[in-house]
Amino acid sequence: MLFFSFFKTLIDHEVTVELKNDIQIRGVLKSVDQYLNIKLDNIQVLEEIKYPHMSAVKNVFIRGSVVRYVHLPANAVDVPLLEDATRREAANQAGKGK
Amino acid sequence: MAEPRDETSGTVSEPLDLVRLLLDEVVCVKLRGDRELKGRLHAYDSHCNLVLGDVEETIYVVDEEDEEDVKTISKKSEMLFVRGDSVVLISPQTVSF
Repeated sequence: MLFFSFFKTLIDHEVTVELKNDIQIRGVLKSVDQYLNIKLDNIQVLEEIKYPHMSAVKNVFIRGSVVRYVHLPANAVDVPLLEDATRREAANQAGKGK
Repeated sequence: MAEPRDETSGTVSEPLDLVRLLLDEVVCVKLRGDRELKGRLHAYDSHCNLVLGDVEETIYVVDEEDEEDVKTISKKSEMLFVRGDSVVLISPQTVSF
């Protein structure tokens, strides 16, 4: 649940999603679910010349499994908070495994 | 007979405990598709989803005609989420080369 919660804190920020087929889509993060499926508004495809087939599309739903990277705005990420949340999640997971 | 484990200590008993010790350290991540990342580890989970800061991505591209010729493409990112299903391995950064 760590990354689900993390992405919820980034809603309404502009992100760039890089898919496993190399297409990069920049847009405003509108929603995310537990599978890390992503909904983007106001999208723009980088390298539009190479990938012209999406130029008329304004918002997309992206299945979580096809995502390779999400480039995030660094100023929207609270790094110490994120690292603490990661340690807490790790401790939780270890507790469950026993 | 298993001893109760202190989760806050630096013990390594599961593979991911090693990754926990790398939090806030510079790590090298090998990915599917001949890609490598070098950056500071800010978050991970049990799927190996990651968040890295100040990342440099290196992509190795083999020339179609001359297979001996491998090019590298380098990209930088300030803050990057990496989906765990692309991750092959996570290691502490070795001496830079």
